[in-house]
Amino acid sequence: MTVQDIKEILECEVITKDTDLSREVHTACGSDMMSDVLAFVKDQSVLLTGLINPQVVRTADMMDMVCIVFVRGKEPNEDVVELAEERGIVMMKTRYRMFTACGLLYDNGLRGGCER
Amino acid sequence: MSGIHLHYDVPGDDFTRAGEASGSVKKALRQLGIPAEVIRKVAIAMYEGEINMVIHAYGGTVDVEVTGEDITMVLKDTGPGIEDIDRAMTAGYSTAPDNVRSLGFGAGMGLPNMKKYTDEMTVESEVGVGTTVTMKVYITPKA
Repeated sequence: MTVQDIKEILECEVITKDTDLSREVHTACGSDMMSDVLAFVKDQSVLLTGLINPQVVRTADMMDMVCIVFVRGKEPNEDVVELAEERGIVMMKTRYRMFTACGLLYDNGLRGGCER
Repeated sequence: MSGIHLHYDVPGDDFTRAGEASGSVKKALRQLGIPAEVIRKVAIAMYEGEINMVIHAYGGTVDVEVTGEDITMVLKDTGPGIEDIDRAMTAGYSTAPDNVRSLGFGAGMGLPNMKKYTDEMTVESEVGVGTTVTMKVYITPKA
């Protein structure tokens, strides 16, 4: 799946400018608790969250994530968007709630990446 | 490549800036050609440490030493200190105030995550004096 596929599945609006939607993603993670996100390392991940502070971008950056999806139609302020643009991270928002957004992506083949 | 030293001051009063130092270290290590897996471990461990400093200890300093073999991070603060280090190392145990949880932290995963992503870690702390966390990540895995 690509970031573009996620955009279509979740009917997202892209927030960041000049970002690459063609990048491949294999795993995703949905959480409002950044410490829990940091507990599981997996390549090329997508972060779904309802949190919109700068630490969301920093967390995604530390984890080498390529895309952040804000659920429930949330949108961060300009500083946070800029932080993501500097790091080449795609930011999108969807009107779906967390559970539904995660379910739709799972249904389309995206996985958690840390199931045992 | 031996003995590169980086120093950062972590401001204690601004949660939005927490993680700037870790971001800079990540960039510097990438320029040095350190493997991505190693960089990620260092970045996550240091970021958690930085967040801890801002939440609990009004900021502090971070010193990073890069040699051919490993990367050492020393995070030092003059905060309140940790009363019970064993308990603080327990996943899920947190003394962070509730407002921190609304920011996405304070799940009691900071120190356990730091231990998980580093090859060596020591925590020295004295109540009322401060805390020093030293972490090491090997660049080449030791047998």
